[in-house]
Amino acid sequence: MLRTGSRVCQRALRRSYATAASPHALVFVDHRGGVIESGSLSAISAAEQLGGQVSALVVGSPDHVPQLVEQAKKIKGVTSVLHSASPQYENVIPEVVSPLLQKLLSDSTPYTHVVSATSSAAKSLLPRVAAVLDVPTVSDITSLEHDAASGSTTFTRPIYAGNAIATVRAPSNIPIKFFTVRGTAFAPAATQDSASAEAQAVDPIEVADPVSQHIKTSITKSDRPDLGVASRVVSGGRALKNAETFEKTLYPLADALGAAVGASRAAVDAGYADNSLQVGQTGKVVAPELYVAVGISGAIQHLAGMKDSKLIVAINKDADAPIFQVADLGLVADLYEAVPELTEKLQK
Amino acid sequence: MRPTSARLLNILVPVKSTSDDALEFCRAVDYAVKIRVNPQQTGIDTNVKHSMNPFDEIAVEEAVRLREKLKASVKTIKAVTIGPPKSVDTLRTALAMGADSAIHVEIAESGPSPEPLAVAKTLRAIIEKQNGAATDAKDKIDVVILGKQAIDDDLGVTGQMLAGLLGWSQATFASKVEIDEAKGEATVVREIDGGGEEIKCKLPIVITTDLRLNEPRYASLPNIMKAKKKPIEKLSPADLGIDYTPQLETIKVAEPAKRVGGGKVASVDELVQKLKEAGI
Repeated sequence: MLRTGSRVCQRALRRSYATAASPHALVFVDHRGGVIESGSLSAISAAEQLGGQVSALVVGSPDHVPQLVEQAKKIKGVTSVLHSASPQYENVIPEVVSPLLQKLLSDSTPYTHVVSATSSAAKSLLPRVAAVLDVPTVSDITSLEHDAASGSTTFTRPIYAGNAIATVRAPSNIPIKFFTVRGTAFAPAATQDSASAEAQAVDPIEVADPVSQHIKTSITKSDRPDLGVASRVVSGGRALKNAETFEKTLYPLADALGAAVGASRAAVDAGYADNSLQVGQTGKVVAPELYVAVGISGAIQHLAGMKDSKLIVAINKDADAPIFQVADLGLVADLYEAVPELTEKLQK
Repeated sequence: MRPTSARLLNILVPVKSTSDDALEFCRAVDYAVKIRVNPQQTGIDTNVKHSMNPFDEIAVEEAVRLREKLKASVKTIKAVTIGPPKSVDTLRTALAMGADSAIHVEIAESGPSPEPLAVAKTLRAIIEKQNGAATDAKDKIDVVILGKQAIDDDLGVTGQMLAGLLGWSQATFASKVEIDEAKGEATVVREIDGGGEEIKCKLPIVITTDLRLNEPRYASLPNIMKAKKKPIEKLSPADLGIDYTPQLETIKVAEPAKRVGGGKVASVDELVQKLKEAGI
């Protein structure tokens, strides 16, 4: 009795002296087919930089959750793994999953930050939850710094298609700070052999008669590395003429380099490539070791998606194409001659 | 007794005006066009012409196409914007594209641009105002179509926040929208990482548009003339009880590190050699 009383008292004192609670991040983990996505590993790295505890939240179908929990427990930096399984969680329907997050983040929540990759699932879900909790969100951050004394967190994020970098501070009076993390700006958290984090089950919240229903997902299948995380990317633009020449010209080069294939918006809009391959402001943001831009002029919103690549190679027959202003290695040539030649010489 | 189709759709289309320089990024005509960070590093030099955010043009276009497809089932299309006096031009553009009427929530020229949560609250207040006053279900707003992101702040959260505040269904990054007004359902194809996803949502709904949803039309001169006569209702944030004081502090806006090209190589052989030197 006494002990309880003193603990309550301590907590009250701590609050009144306004020493902010030490940070505790809840990281929403994206996964596909029972495998954690690399973007979420980068989000965990970012969450770790806050300097406090990191809880990973795994939400999915009963088929996938057990294996996801095993993976999550082994991620370096994760202090606990929360998991919730329900057949309703097989696909992330924001209307169905948000009640679970709202419950986890309600009144006496220990969490000070909600973190995720800038993925399509998290982008749909988390702002919905933030609005209900009456807090803002910060999208696609590239760096962060948490001030434990004041309880404020400062982020940098690109605006205007990456042509300016904004530094914004979420002050201490925002009780839960939501942010999404640009995967290419943080190294993915490493996996260790032994699991140190403890797992904790959270009861799912069944939503009767949900307002939205998943009908089907069509994923573009590919044997090549995933565009978002590939260390090498070969991208094609409008100059590839049609879907057939796009495939015939770029794929052998990509295979020779072990690279993922990307595309400019022009190439996607013209139907040469699937829109999941689009690199740019409104597509994927990549930062591979090597980016080969073939027949891409270098429009500013394409550059927004690739200009943080380590080495940029451009092949274009227009010597004045703006892509040459950012390319480390530029080759002015007809791509239909240069690309097969390059492929052949790389294979040797 | 024949079932009567009592439902009519009322569509709200929030639009934002963004600086033309920002727009040029999207149009991607000229690499030389460059936004300018102001010398105080507090923001972007916005003393330039403004136009409608391109994702919002797609939203207006989709609303107008829904009416063309569903005819009389779409009762009204109303555009709304929050912005300084000059953003009325953006509303006129929406009206010229086919919206029936507009609401302008006017804020001061110099003030900070409202954060997404405040925008979502404004839209909720407008919807609740109209739906609260509606005596008939036919007059209620039940579809909101927004752009998936503004090309200046690149946040991309307003639609989701609005859906959360209203408790409505949401269909983000839509590349195809079909509405069955009799059933009160929408089938939406969404762009997701790695492919596409089809969902079925009950109305009322908040939809956010992806680039591939449609190709916005150009307003014809007669429609631009007609748009001048369409009604624009003016509201103040105080009318709606909304405070636009930002919750997040913008400390600094800076130019990103500049990338300098490394020059050209003369032949494929030289390229291969340089790649090998770089360890590839």
